[in-house]
Amino acid sequence: MSVNADLRKERASATFQPALLTHILDGGPERTRRRKEIEALVLNDPDFQHEDLNFLSRSQRYEQAIRKSSLMVMKLREYGIADPEEIYWFKRTCLGSFPEPLGLHFSMFHKTIETQTTAAQKEKWLPLVRGVKIIGTYAQTEMGHGTHLRGLETTATYDPSTQEFILNSPTVTSIKWWPGGLGKTSNHAIVLAQLYTQGQCKGLHAFIVPIRQLGTHEPLPGITVGDIGPKFGYDEMDNGYLKMDNFRIPRENMLMKYAQVEPDGTYVKPVSDKLTYGTMVFIRSLIVGDSARSLSRACTIAIRYSAVRHQSELKPGEPEPQILDYQTQQYKLFPLLATAYAFNFVGAFIKDTYHRISGDISTGDLSELPELHALTAGLKAFTSWTANAGIEECRMACGGHGYSRCSGIPDIYVTFTPSCTYEGENTVMMLQTARFLMKSYTQMTSGQQVTGMVSYLNDLSRQRIQPQHVAARTVSVRINDPTSLVEAYKSRAARLVESAAKNLQAELNHRRSKEDAWNRTSVDLVRASEAHCHYVVVKLFAAKLAEVTDAAVRAVLTDLCLLYALFGISRNAGDFLQAGILTSAQITQVNQHVKELLAVIRPNAVALVDSFDFHDVHLGSVLGRYDGNVYENMFEWAKKSPLNKTQVHESFHKHLKPMQAKL
Amino acid sequence: MALLETSKYSQGSVLGSVNPDLASERQTASFSVEKLTALLDGGVEQTRIRRAVVDAIESDPVFSRENQYFQTQNERYEAAVKKAVHLQKKMHEMGWTENGPEYKYIYRALSGDVAFLLHRVFMRSISMLGSDKQIAKWIPLATQHKLIGSYAQTELGHGTYLQGLETTAVFDTATQEFILNTPKISAMKWWPGDMGRSATHTVVFAQLYVHGKCYGIHPFIVQIRSLQDHSLCPGVTAGDIGPKMNFEHIDNGYLLLKNVRIPRENMLSKFCEVRPDGTYVRQGSQKINYFTMTSVRISLIADEVLTPLMKACTIAIRYSVVRRQSKLKPGEQEAKILDYQTQQEKVLPQLAAAYAFHFTNDYLQELFNRGYREIQRKNFDMLPELHALSSGFKAMITQHCTAGVEICLRACGGHGYSLLSGLPSLYTKILASCIYEGENTILLLQTARFLIKCFMAVSAGQPVPPSVTYLAAVKPGKCPAKSKLDFLSPDIYTEAYQHVAVRLISSTAAKLQDLIQSGVKKHDAWNQCTVQLVQAAKAHCHYIAVKNFAETVEKLETKAGIQKIMKHLCDLFALHGIFSNTGAFLHDGYTSAAQMDMVTASYLDLLAVIRKDAVPLVDAFDFTDKSLNSALGSYDGQAYQRLYEWAQKSPTNQMSPAYERYLKPLLHNTLSKL
Repeated sequence: MSVNADLRKERASATFQPALLTHILDGGPERTRRRKEIEALVLNDPDFQHEDLNFLSRSQRYEQAIRKSSLMVMKLREYGIADPEEIYWFKRTCLGSFPEPLGLHFSMFHKTIETQTTAAQKEKWLPLVRGVKIIGTYAQTEMGHGTHLRGLETTATYDPSTQEFILNSPTVTSIKWWPGGLGKTSNHAIVLAQLYTQGQCKGLHAFIVPIRQLGTHEPLPGITVGDIGPKFGYDEMDNGYLKMDNFRIPRENMLMKYAQVEPDGTYVKPVSDKLTYGTMVFIRSLIVGDSARSLSRACTIAIRYSAVRHQSELKPGEPEPQILDYQTQQYKLFPLLATAYAFNFVGAFIKDTYHRISGDISTGDLSELPELHALTAGLKAFTSWTANAGIEECRMACGGHGYSRCSGIPDIYVTFTPSCTYEGENTVMMLQTARFLMKSYTQMTSGQQVTGMVSYLNDLSRQRIQPQHVAARTVSVRINDPTSLVEAYKSRAARLVESAAKNLQAELNHRRSKEDAWNRTSVDLVRASEAHCHYVVVKLFAAKLAEVTDAAVRAVLTDLCLLYALFGISRNAGDFLQAGILTSAQITQVNQHVKELLAVIRPNAVALVDSFDFHDVHLGSVLGRYDGNVYENMFEWAKKSPLNKTQVHESFHKHLKPMQAKL
Repeated sequence: MALLETSKYSQGSVLGSVNPDLASERQTASFSVEKLTALLDGGVEQTRIRRAVVDAIESDPVFSRENQYFQTQNERYEAAVKKAVHLQKKMHEMGWTENGPEYKYIYRALSGDVAFLLHRVFMRSISMLGSDKQIAKWIPLATQHKLIGSYAQTELGHGTYLQGLETTAVFDTATQEFILNTPKISAMKWWPGDMGRSATHTVVFAQLYVHGKCYGIHPFIVQIRSLQDHSLCPGVTAGDIGPKMNFEHIDNGYLLLKNVRIPRENMLSKFCEVRPDGTYVRQGSQKINYFTMTSVRISLIADEVLTPLMKACTIAIRYSVVRRQSKLKPGEQEAKILDYQTQQEKVLPQLAAAYAFHFTNDYLQELFNRGYREIQRKNFDMLPELHALSSGFKAMITQHCTAGVEICLRACGGHGYSLLSGLPSLYTKILASCIYEGENTILLLQTARFLIKCFMAVSAGQPVPPSVTYLAAVKPGKCPAKSKLDFLSPDIYTEAYQHVAVRLISSTAAKLQDLIQSGVKKHDAWNQCTVQLVQAAKAHCHYIAVKNFAETVEKLETKAGIQKIMKHLCDLFALHGIFSNTGAFLHDGYTSAAQMDMVTASYLDLLAVIRKDAVPLVDAFDFTDKSLNSALGSYDGQAYQRLYEWAQKSPTNQMSPAYERYLKPLLHNTLSKL
């Protein structure tokens, strides 16, 4: 079928070449080429064809996912694909937006064994893990505790007489709950438990625990394991529970690279706990990238559909316009499109920084880690909250059809939304960043210079010397200049950090305990962190512009950068007004300029989502198809619904007919 | 009461006692929960009737929702049909009638989990749009369920914009029939409930053609399935539109018509008629059609929008006192998460909004009843105001409550993501309300059109409806508050809201006029101002909601602590609105930067005050455990135990074939080496 005429027209009117922008997003033309090559391996492989998952029951979806996981293991080996990023491309094309039950085996289980074991342990376990001779997962979260790790209740008590650890789930709340792949798939788990030796609790440690019999896959004696039931999304994942009753494992199953328990029960302390920061930073950088991609996918669907859908009239007597021509629709979608681009650049930045610093970690230089750890906590929360809300706005912008599973957006949403809670609940993450900001602020007030992303706090001490307060700064903001807007965001962050710090001090002066004062200031602290993260995002986006060599691409990215920054000011106008960074008249100009930018971006909207270069398989959406043939394909899709299997549904014979007969 | 208490506990078998963390919350209530429940119900007698209905429904196993989260779409549909059929019997047994006082509680008691809801819309549309003769013919058939009706308006290509519908009905004088057709794919009827599998008849909206001339959209009764064997009628293609985010129990359908002929008498002809010779006649006022839309928009607020938010608040708040996490003070027990300011700031404003909109709904109902009385006297003067308010509030309340349910969901952390928490289903259901019965952005623009018109009228010294007279009293000035306590004065914050609404409406009106005067065409000018117009409409509704809440509180009886706690909620609702939209209030200097700090301080203080009554405030909503259907939010607070018990019932815990088929081969070739 040919491409819908509206989309053809949209693509012809773009002012830049989408392929060039794709290269920027991928990190170079060579990487784009390789990505497409790998995607083609999946797309052209009949083994990976499958039924639309929307029509399957949860058990069937789980089974399909397991089938694909097994198949992927074989194929990756066959093609000799081993680079993590290339594996990711391959898997993403197989799975669309869905998780795989073996996902934690390849990520957390593998990575933990690789990084937290002794040489002897590596030798024993790594071949088993890499060869998928065992399947493992990472069991940290319990029913009663998530982000607050110290509260975990599972115990591992060392018994020197048998040189074993005895694992127990002493309460209902201590049952491991949520780990992916735990319910039905895995036969091993890395269990985090409070270590007791020689009568003392030594805190949380990790243990390799076999949970199912190799060969029969039956749970081992002392182990109760199962699936935690249906969820909002993640139908293919057997998130599980695990309860242990006096379950014994050998001493060697404790991961002992850092802390150790000697045969007689003597506990040897780890060198530095900062090292675990590395993994956390890595995982959070993945979530930032995921925020960018999920929002990009939702934008692609909503914008293409808005170019295809015609509704109502703008001008009397003329044909119905594309809904993308309505200002309200542009106002819903284009700021999100700009956000998607911003987050793509933030994701790339964190990944690069992580790789740079991990070089340092192996050489023992950990000086940058605390800031990076604090920054990624906040950015993880900031981007996932924004993307979460943005995906829903995209769905709403598709009207009634967005609500159908065929739009694909419900799946993007339900798969993405748990990232607001997993790997650190967002509010707690924001407060971690706030703790770093408060520390930096205190440093600054005591006369020390602070460095890195918080160096703007140094300006606060300089301003204090000047007699007039904030009001004097207003005139300088130029709303057409990204660099000037970065300064505006910087001032806002500085002001909110300062105000939170002062409120915190005021609470302390009321002779409240430190914890109480912190809690009574936490809403302010979260706002300060958000402002800090917002500043970082604007700054990174503006910095990216300088790297773009193609003039046409740079022009369109500059429009998006301006829209992102100005829309954020418009939405948070109160902060800028209250701090005197902008006047009411300037805010009115900002609002006006936002609307002008909508019209400027409009002709490039479809080309801008095309540049994300998602294959239809990645989108999983009838509304967002590249060819725009929406309505025909909705009908084709609906015919496959399970309710349509028979012409007359059995309910008619069972219930309707008897009722009508009786009446 | 005793009966009710037992039913509250009945769902979790092992679970006898109330979790002490929840019990302690109930001992310190500052007001009488029972009295507040009666206030919400509209009187003690109403509470009694509601509880009796709920009890009768919940004690009947056919209506159980116990396995809902584990069922497939087909199973859900079948259960809903079974319940709908059983409900007829039940109503007969209990002596409930459609006009009786019990009727309105049935839907709430079923949590909407029943089929044939569109059958009622079918009947209502015939009653409103049909001639006396048509009513006499069809209504008895429908009442006795000799047929099952649906209502087919929305098409694949068009929703809220009705004039764009493409289905055609061509009158054939020779046979005195209408010939119905779906001329292209986008004209296919899409989404109507009960149509995919159940309905035998439906009211189809189509463009009427007589002698080659198009007369616009009209309603026609079309039979689509056989009354004998339920097979599709000739020329009809119909089916289910496939899985959605929710409403798995409803067979939303598609319908394709190919030269389907229906007799002339099947066009609903209260207002328009086609005579045998093809003459088209209009009679009576069609304004009443607006009134129908208005009535639907108002009627959905209570059951479809407020109930889900109230349930979500109940679940999130109860869970937040049962869940303990981290320590607030060293050496102490872990703190209840509701003691964290950030958690309070998530859930308590939602609780305040639930109460605020409950009273907004009362206000709209009253206005509607008054309008209805006037219309019966052939006075249509109230229609524009009613239409504007019902559109704007439908949009505002659905949007606010949908966001509120999602906040509650996320406030429950990971466990909120489990279907067993009950929250995902509440969310996916309520969010449909932002689209059906008029897409929200379009509705807000309708309200805005009314506001701009009224503003112009006021400027020209003409009279306007009561809800917008404030536009005439524009007084520039500054907020007079001097301390944070001043912001607990309804006069202060109501006036601030009024100021913002006036500013947004007047500045948008001015912008529109400027554009038109500078030569921009009217419709272009309108499109260029729509973002501002939407904001103006929201500000207007927000102002009315705040003002109405404040006025309601003033009239409440001071006994039993009810007025005091409602005043706190009203303050919180108002200050939360300012706190989350500070720019609007700071703009033009009405509120100063220093005053904004006072707002924040007062707002945060209020959270701690309402925190103490949070559990009693959700208890007052009086939802049974069965209606919450949540492992996290039950009355006894045994969240973890229940979560564990329910999970074990999941069908996924039966042995999966995946191991034998896929995992074993994957592991197998190397097993021997282990």
